[in-house]
Amino acid sequence: MNAATDPAPCVIAVRGLWTRFGTTVIHENLDLDIRRGEVVALVGGSGSGKTTLLRAIIMLLQPAAGSIQLFGQEIVGIGERAAFRLRRRFGMLFQQGALFSSLTVRENVAVPLREHTPLPARQIAEIADLKIALAGLPADAGDKLPRELSGGMLKRAALARALALDPALLFLDEPTAGLDPVSAGAFDELVVQLKESLGLTVVMVTHDLDTLWQATDRVAFLGEKRVIGYAPMRELTQAEHPLIRAYFEGPRGRAAREQVCRAR
Amino acid sequence: MADPSSLATPSPAAIRYESNQFRCEGDWTLDGIEGLGPRLQAVNWPADGVELDGSGIGAIDTTGALRLLNLIAELERASHPARLVNLREEHRALLDLVRERRVSAGALAAAPVPPGALERLGRRVLYHLNGGWAFLTFVGEAAMALGRLALRPGRFRWRVLFSDIETAGVRALPIIALLSFMMGVVIAYQGGQQLAFYGANIFIVELVALTMLRELAPLITAIIVAGRTGSSYTAQIGTMQVTEEVDALRTIGIPPMDLLVLPKLLALTVALPLLTVFADALSVFGGMVMAQTLFGVDFSDFLDRLPKVVTLTSFLLGVGKAPVFAAIIALVGCYQGFRVRGGADSVGRQTTVSVVQSIFLVIAADALFSVVLGGVGL
Repeated sequence: MNAATDPAPCVIAVRGLWTRFGTTVIHENLDLDIRRGEVVALVGGSGSGKTTLLRAIIMLLQPAAGSIQLFGQEIVGIGERAAFRLRRRFGMLFQQGALFSSLTVRENVAVPLREHTPLPARQIAEIADLKIALAGLPADAGDKLPRELSGGMLKRAALARALALDPALLFLDEPTAGLDPVSAGAFDELVVQLKESLGLTVVMVTHDLDTLWQATDRVAFLGEKRVIGYAPMRELTQAEHPLIRAYFEGPRGRAAREQVCRAR
Repeated sequence: MADPSSLATPSPAAIRYESNQFRCEGDWTLDGIEGLGPRLQAVNWPADGVELDGSGIGAIDTTGALRLLNLIAELERASHPARLVNLREEHRALLDLVRERRVSAGALAAAPVPPGALERLGRRVLYHLNGGWAFLTFVGEAAMALGRLALRPGRFRWRVLFSDIETAGVRALPIIALLSFMMGVVIAYQGGQQLAFYGANIFIVELVALTMLRELAPLITAIIVAGRTGSSYTAQIGTMQVTEEVDALRTIGIPPMDLLVLPKLLALTVALPLLTVFADALSVFGGMVMAQTLFGVDFSDFLDRLPKVVTLTSFLLGVGKAPVFAAIIALVGCYQGFRVRGGADSVGRQTTVSVVQSIFLVIAADALFSVVLGGVGL
């Protein structure tokens, strides 16, 4: 998506964000805009506050100061009812899946539907099965318990739950971590396919360089407690900032880029 | 697609008959299709084929697309072959995606037939038999580990033992004190009323001392510890099982039995008899307070009579049961922890089972003690 010619409205607008744990400041005056239909990745070294930023945006963590707007609505100091309405507009894929271990995959996907819609049980089961298929799982996966699934299937099942309410906005926390290269590549493709067919906006935290090259429109680099680089991957890797250079100039970073350059 | 970046309320999905055409209107989304069923019943379908005009659809998502496809299938079954026309390009793409995925979802295997009553009974019996066998195996393994420890005591983790004694013993003192004091008060009050009726107030000493020391104090202490410590053993080991910490211990070469079970077992075997003595003292004190305030037996009379009526045997019999109870609680607690499979719900279930089983076994063992000791005339 070209930023200059298509100024799509911002789905997420973070302004002057401060977060801290005790006396440790995680973010200091951080700004970030994410436009509709973009796939944006948050990257940065360990402890740079990627997951914390994600948790602040999805209202799991109260920032110390600043403003976060989701779909144009301020969420810092938002009321319970407004937060509940807003929560059905986005889905979150947690790093470990966070599927409810006592429920089957189908029941897991049905939980948000049961909570947020008045649909009858039969229709909810049908919708859940569709989401399970959309996430690329075989049809018999719905009856399985989370502990019976492999790592890759677990991620897909968690994705199916995140997609349950047809959210316009999808958050992914390390979606390809712990997956084999084939599954990780398939997951990247799935994300791009879902984004294109469902018009999703996707925000993900990832360390996977292949994902960064294959699946993202823009990448926000977190460092020094704020966003120090925010550009498409091709431009970001040319950035001058020493932290960004160190991140992408390692042997793995170079290998991933060379692979992309050769493929094009 | 309607602007998903706004929070505007969706316009409800509907089908309207207009100038010889059926027009799909509104937002065919999760919100929009709410109450669509009744609205559809008002539509008069023609006798033959139907052409659905999709150009009026505002927004569509996978749920709406599924509903639309289901509608077309329903119409077909009612012999109104339906066709979607004039769909916007992106809407058609989404419908195609859903149609393609739905087929694979439709190929779902039928749910397995629920087992009959006899099969359920059989499975339960087998499950419990297996459980009992596995518990015996576990006790055997613990005994083997204890044997290995006796051969090489240098390898024992003393620091873990002492911290376990502190959590299971020292920290339990306040609650044991409170509850055993109250038990003493209750026994003295209930029994004392009957004794006062015959003017036999002084026998309150026998009543309180023998009941508490021999039976109630060991039992109450064991039950409190089963609820307080046994459950925490199960929850701790169970959670470690879920997070693969138990497997990590094995890989590093630390037998989980040595680190997780033996210190707990020994700690409780030390702590529970001491807690029982403490409970003995506090419950007798509760009885003394009651005897002095309500039944005119003051402290000096009570303490004077106490050593004459309480033999060492009855005191030791009470305290001697405590190590057995301790072993039951620790072994059941740890065993149920290792039985945890999967996730959070399993931890909760095994913790419940652990407390219920250890209290049951403690009471059963107490009954066995009574029968056996009665048999040998103690």
